[in-house]
Amino acid sequence: MLELIRQPWPWYVAGALIGLTVPALLLLGNKHFGISSSLRHICAACLPANIPFFKYNWRREVWNLFFVVGVLFGGLIATQLLSNPDPIVVSEKTVQDLEALHVVVDNELMPASIFSFNNLFSLKGLVFFVLGGFLVGFGTRYAGGCTSGHSIMGLSTLQWPSLVATCCFMAGGFAMVHLVFPWLMKLF
Amino acid sequence: MQHTTEEFVTNPLVLEHPIECEAPNDQLTRETPIASNIKYMVVGIIFGIVFVKAEIISWYRIQEMFRLHSFHMYGVIGTAVVVGMLSVWLIKKFKVRTLQGEQVVFHKKEFHWGNIIGATMFGLGWAITGACPGPLFAQIGSGFLVVLVTFISAIAGTWVYGLVRERLPH
Repeated sequence: MLELIRQPWPWYVAGALIGLTVPALLLLGNKHFGISSSLRHICAACLPANIPFFKYNWRREVWNLFFVVGVLFGGLIATQLLSNPDPIVVSEKTVQDLEALHVVVDNELMPASIFSFNNLFSLKGLVFFVLGGFLVGFGTRYAGGCTSGHSIMGLSTLQWPSLVATCCFMAGGFAMVHLVFPWLMKLF
Repeated sequence: MQHTTEEFVTNPLVLEHPIECEAPNDQLTRETPIASNIKYMVVGIIFGIVFVKAEIISWYRIQEMFRLHSFHMYGVIGTAVVVGMLSVWLIKKFKVRTLQGEQVVFHKKEFHWGNIIGATMFGLGWAITGACPGPLFAQIGSGFLVVLVTFISAIAGTWVYGLVRERLPH
């Protein structure tokens, strides 16, 4: 059994469990699934700076912060106790594409050639951590949600603005990988 | 909202309920800061384990998705949407109530230009970092500590959005 849990989980198991988060949160206490809100609550709690957007009763939304701290612990538990002993299997075509961009595909979930502290004060670090993170934080809040709030919660409740947002999430990702990466990766 | 807290009464500048917040708390029953919220941490832990075990937090899986080299991420998101839709449909059809016996509240999302501009910006960032906000937390928990920088930058992005919000098209 533990052997089976240690293997990478198939998409239908993961998808079903993630989908069940929607009714779980609704029925546990009328909470709406959405993770990027936590970033707003952190701003409201730590640095509201008199900005109207952060002047609300964040204490009432504190469940969201409990949830994301749980996600962090979940990552810790899965990695420490249930991790897959075998190297990650990446599609052959993606490996070839990434090699052409000089990204070394190694055995971990994230490529060490990008996501390491050595790159922190380099142009690579500026792009992958600072710019990337900024786009995620700014973009999700401007969009009014992320993959969880729009793509899962929004589509589950049949909201067409969420469908528009989901299509634009994908369009942005495709544009980055196919249009920007070939040019961007030459800089490093 | 009917639910008022002392803070709202004493400081009318504080919004009781951020309507734009896509993950609002609609519970009317009073909650204690810790005891009422521990259960959401438990749901979060399960969620985080799924993220790691299905390798959704992997930068490579996001690359495969945007290169159309793997069905995995499409399968995950597609299944999640179908299961979510069915659950919401069942909750509405059978008028299932929350643990506190309250009626489940749904909100209509109004379209604004952020759904296009902001969403595209997030898409660009998603492909760079290999993470949407959920996996960011799980990546940090998994020991990729450099992602803390990405996380702080994401908070900064949210903060700057709040700052310039009035000047952006909505």
